[in-house]
Amino acid sequence: MNAHGKVHKYGNNIDTDVIIPARYLNTADHSELAKHCMEDIDTTFVNKVSKGDIMVGGANFGCGSSREHAPIAIKASGIDCVIAKSFARIFYRNSINIGLAILECPEASEKIDDGDIVKIDFDSGIIYNETKGEQYQAQPFPDFIKEIIKANGLLNSIKNK
Amino acid sequence: MGMTMTQKILAAGAGLDKVVPGQLIKTKLSLVLGNDITTPVAINEFEKNGFDGVFDKSKIAMVMDHFVPNKDIKAAQQTQQCRCFACKFDIDNYYDVGDMGIEHALLPEKGLVAPGDIVIGADSHTCTYGALGAFSTGVGSTDMAAGMATGEAWFKVPEAIKFNLTGKLKPMVAGKDVILYIIGKIGVDGALYKSMEFTGEGVAELSVDDRLCISNMAIEAGAKNGIFEVDEQTLAYVNERVKREYKIYKADDDAEYEQVIDIDLGEIEPTVACPHLPENTKNASELSDIKIDQAVIGSCTNGRISDLKAAAQIMKGKHIAKGVRCIVIPATQKIYKEAIKAGYIDIFIDAGCAVSTPTCGPCLGGYMGILAENEVAVATTNRNFLGRMGHITSKIYLASPAVAAASALTGVITDPRTL
Repeated sequence: MNAHGKVHKYGNNIDTDVIIPARYLNTADHSELAKHCMEDIDTTFVNKVSKGDIMVGGANFGCGSSREHAPIAIKASGIDCVIAKSFARIFYRNSINIGLAILECPEASEKIDDGDIVKIDFDSGIIYNETKGEQYQAQPFPDFIKEIIKANGLLNSIKNK
Repeated sequence: MGMTMTQKILAAGAGLDKVVPGQLIKTKLSLVLGNDITTPVAINEFEKNGFDGVFDKSKIAMVMDHFVPNKDIKAAQQTQQCRCFACKFDIDNYYDVGDMGIEHALLPEKGLVAPGDIVIGADSHTCTYGALGAFSTGVGSTDMAAGMATGEAWFKVPEAIKFNLTGKLKPMVAGKDVILYIIGKIGVDGALYKSMEFTGEGVAELSVDDRLCISNMAIEAGAKNGIFEVDEQTLAYVNERVKREYKIYKADDDAEYEQVIDIDLGEIEPTVACPHLPENTKNASELSDIKIDQAVIGSCTNGRISDLKAAAQIMKGKHIAKGVRCIVIPATQKIYKEAIKAGYIDIFIDAGCAVSTPTCGPCLGGYMGILAENEVAVATTNRNFLGRMGHITSKIYLASPAVAAASALTGVITDPRTL
């Protein structure tokens, strides 16, 4: 499993209210949610994001509400992976549960710039920054979580058992 | 090495003698909660994956509180989806318009949460029930769906930070000031992935409402849960409401904590969190130059009867400042009735406030008090993120009911002791 795309970079404490404002939570429709992803901090995001792109954040990414609409909006907007220095725990859980790849990597979070082209190998946790010619090592997932991801989400992994 | 309160509860739920921080476990659940925003996503997942039954219809709670009474057609559709699901599976604890309240005020009030319980809720403020000595934590909709189907959830056993509370609160200082003070000290990720355990002689100085408010905002420090030691006050509260057996867990004397933080309750002043993070705290007295357009008194953090009492005592016989709107939202129907009986609602209406049926509405910028461009609110809610209550240029200052009421009267952020 790999990801390869252009980076959209944001700062620390990106909360779920800016990822998907509550005024749009009157629907659970994935494509509707994607239309408003990040709009309160970056109105240009939805127009510049392409399928397969990568989002990079700082510390405590996804803090705030438990709304699963946040990782859903990011995934449905075309993002294949989120890299951050650290994640808020509910966001982390939700991303795994819905099958959005996320990696904790402080070095990558610091060194990657907006617009860089980055390649990720999920098995090894290696993040390669093609633009800068740098390589960063992310924490690979524990086996328990790998199983959930392999089953394409939590509910599938439960059903498989 | 012994275990913390949280670790003991999780070990029991997993059927293990011992757990250690970092261990991945699967536990039985005492209760699975969802609201009108998160439950539809859970139902979609539940149905998409072909589950045809719930694990225990008496251990699921669905509370229609965020955009209810329905704010628009889409919200109405979502509530309808929850209502149909609850009806289909005969969910015992489904609360809709008329008997609903804000979920985290409602569940303890209805006796649905007891010490030693393991509760997950598809709402980040599910950590509220730690106040009663339960392990409770916020999760997402997929976890809720899995919980409804299997009655189980997976957890990574958290490390804990021990907060050793000492001293007595000053007058007009409450639970909200305590938790804002703590978040100001440790930051919005100061307890990330960890459990906050509140203990020490100072706990006895905090009412159950204060504790519910403190545990409620554990998530604003990134915590997995925020739990209080069970004492006589907890038991008095719980035994009046809970109609089943429960078990009390205490931390071992040799439990290992990642950190111990001493908090002298007597040092805490009326505290306000400035935009746009709950960690940006200042004393209310330092912010008297901040003009406000709106005050909101309510929410799962501060919509309980003691909160309304604190606000009513300040507003009694007075009128809010010209140009200020003040919205008061009792968190449950029971609280609403108590507030009517105690005369608080008369005080609020005479003071020029709008009083509403229970709803989360304004806290998350849903409805019932959205802010316009550049407007400033003082709110007893829990988050002051960018755009949370309305326009992205609006600003939110988080405060206690006493500070919010005092500020509504003067039109600027006000330390209630200066009135």
